[in-house]
Amino acid sequence: MLMVSGVSKSFGGVKALRDASFAARPGEIHALAGENGAGKSTLIKVLCGVLRPDSGTVQTTGELATAFQELSLAPDLTVAENLFLHDPPRGRLGLVRRSVLAPRADELLRRFGVDYVDSRAVTADLSVAHRQIVELVRALATEPEILVLDEPTAALQESQVAWLAGHMRRLREQGCCVVFTSHRWREIEDLADRVTVFRNGSHVTTREKLGEAEAVTLMSGRSIDRTYPRLPPVPAGADRTLTVSGLRAGALREVSFDLHRGEVLGVGGLAGQGQADLFLALFGARRAAGGTIQLAGRPLRVRRPRDAIRAGIGIAYVPEDRKSEGLLLPMSVRDNLALGILDRLSSAGLVRRSAERAAVRSMVTQLGIVASRPMTQPVGTLSGGNQQKVLMGRWLLTDAEVLLLYDVTRGVDAATKHDFYQLIAQLAERGKAILLYSSETEEIAHLCHRVLVLREGRIAAELAGPVGDAEQIVAASMRERR
Amino acid sequence: MKQALLVLTGTYTTYLLVYTTSLGHLPTPFDYLSLLNTCLPLIFVAIGQSLVVLTGGIDLSVGGIMSLGIAIIAARGGTATAALTVLIICTACGVLNGLLVARGRIAPILTTLATLSIFSGLALRTLPVPGGSIDPGLRAVLTHPDVPTGLIWLGAAVGGWLVLRRTRFGMRIYAVGSDEAAARATGIPVVRVKVGVYGLCGLCCGIAAVLYVSATTSGDPNAGMPFILTSIAAVVVGGIAFTGGRGSALGAMAGAVALTLVTDVLFFAGIDPLYQSLFQGLFLVVAVLLGSGAVLAGNRRRAAA
Repeated sequence: MLMVSGVSKSFGGVKALRDASFAARPGEIHALAGENGAGKSTLIKVLCGVLRPDSGTVQTTGELATAFQELSLAPDLTVAENLFLHDPPRGRLGLVRRSVLAPRADELLRRFGVDYVDSRAVTADLSVAHRQIVELVRALATEPEILVLDEPTAALQESQVAWLAGHMRRLREQGCCVVFTSHRWREIEDLADRVTVFRNGSHVTTREKLGEAEAVTLMSGRSIDRTYPRLPPVPAGADRTLTVSGLRAGALREVSFDLHRGEVLGVGGLAGQGQADLFLALFGARRAAGGTIQLAGRPLRVRRPRDAIRAGIGIAYVPEDRKSEGLLLPMSVRDNLALGILDRLSSAGLVRRSAERAAVRSMVTQLGIVASRPMTQPVGTLSGGNQQKVLMGRWLLTDAEVLLLYDVTRGVDAATKHDFYQLIAQLAERGKAILLYSSETEEIAHLCHRVLVLREGRIAAELAGPVGDAEQIVAASMRERR
Repeated sequence: MKQALLVLTGTYTTYLLVYTTSLGHLPTPFDYLSLLNTCLPLIFVAIGQSLVVLTGGIDLSVGGIMSLGIAIIAARGGTATAALTVLIICTACGVLNGLLVARGRIAPILTTLATLSIFSGLALRTLPVPGGSIDPGLRAVLTHPDVPTGLIWLGAAVGGWLVLRRTRFGMRIYAVGSDEAAARATGIPVVRVKVGVYGLCGLCCGIAAVLYVSATTSGDPNAGMPFILTSIAAVVVGGIAFTGGRGSALGAMAGAVALTLVTDVLFFAGIDPLYQSLFQGLFLVVAVLLGSGAVLAGNRRRAAA
């Protein structure tokens, strides 16, 4: 049994949990739902004792195991070492028996049907999905009475989600109490016996049945227009801003395309077909192996991000593990917004505070960044959605003409996603040229004038947009593939 | 910063106590002045070290650069021209460090360990035996034994830092230190920032060398060496994070004063000089415990967000 009563927790002046109460019974799967910053992660950290609450109590009976969203595996150890970190097989002298470590780990992985992960591999070399699976196996292997999973499926593919669901159900049958969080409503509907909704650090409701529409309303506290905004048409004869020909970099074999002013160009395809390399190469964060880039008709060499920024290219890049996004997490919202335009803000090397404050205020208002003290509050203390808004704000301040948006809505709650959709349409209307990638194909289908489908590092198809139907993009990325 | 002030207040109170019980009266203005003149070189080296540590690096060669500066000015009769030469050469030494670290991508600890050897070797070549002199006119301006000219330099140090903090360069130092990859993705010229930081550190060592010769009236080609550890200690006491990006040089300045006070406390308490090193070490441990306590609390606060 797991019972949380009247827990409050603040960080600095920010209240992450206010008098939160919540209980889960043995033999049930209990979902925690809420937007980013609703306090789910904090609650989970309180549950498993990583954080001490300012007030309130947590009662548990039985062994508790947790798998975190920010992976808690030691990156430089092998998978086997991570699996047995807390209780390695030891010999008579108390020394770790290295010879049996890997075989034991193999056995454990096989028992959980994860024979595709090499127990001798260094953890950092695994994909995010495999790392997440190792983290889950480590928690499952303890056969706990209470299992707490924070966003366990965010990095997983369908089949892996099914694998996890099977284990969660098995534990439930054994009388274990399983608590998990997810941003994907379908999983919550499939798996959870009960759902508890959190908003602004407080408990809103706990129900056995809850529809998605009602849940979104409860989570955001307002009803949300779930439709995509209408894209303004690309003006006839709009100038070509970016011309890419024969670009090769990393997994990107050879890609050529034009991007026009006021156009949103989508980059679709299955995961890992060179999309990330395309974005990073255009921004100069990854060395291109060949090909040319022209900006407004002039050839452009980008060897480092500084070259791209000078030329008027901005990138909002949210990598798979979300740990670094180009933001300086310990620095304030103000510093993070201003760092891209320090040249413009300073005279004789001195930063003009009034100009800086005005710029920061304008972005905070325009993007609706929720920060209690934007001038001093570290960006790392904001919710994920607000962090992404700050990243976006930095490039809007630089007046970049070309925006490279890579998965900006990843791990963001519904309300913030909606804000981003509106923003993308507005930016296109103001004549910005936008290259858009999203791990949610649905977004590419609705938000783009044209869609390039990448396969094995080449453009496999070009679709006229808005495609409207994500299935078409998926079909195009699979076609001719046996 | 907070714990640096705490440590400084604690050390100062102890100093007052020990001084008055052993001499029967409060410290005179003369005592404060000589204390200030003794402190100044370490204050400057500590500022330089702070800048480097804020970018996530470390500079072990401060001792070598300072020794070289001391050797040059003392060997050249301590004229104003010699002082100016010292500032230029020391800055160049720092820039060399910066280029090796930023362009050559050699770890700061390795780079500066190597250049420490080079610079102190050059210092011995310039002034093989202790000696040399300082021009009395220059001395009257720098560290007058009776007139508090030292206050000007202290003011310049504090003021210089406060201005730097407000500059574009100052902001970039913090950005590079808190996440170099993210800073690069923001378009910050990381190489230039690092070269600038090591160069400024060299300049600070040069200023410290000039002030040191002025305060002691002669030169010793090994005199810079103790400043390696004391400057790092001042940075630690000052609460600057060795991972970079957090802290203030003002803290390190307070740390530098506290470290100098400890030596005086031991002297007035009549502690056998043989035990000095032992007590200084104890002081450092206590100060660091105070600091790391504060850092731990900060981490706990951040981890949850």
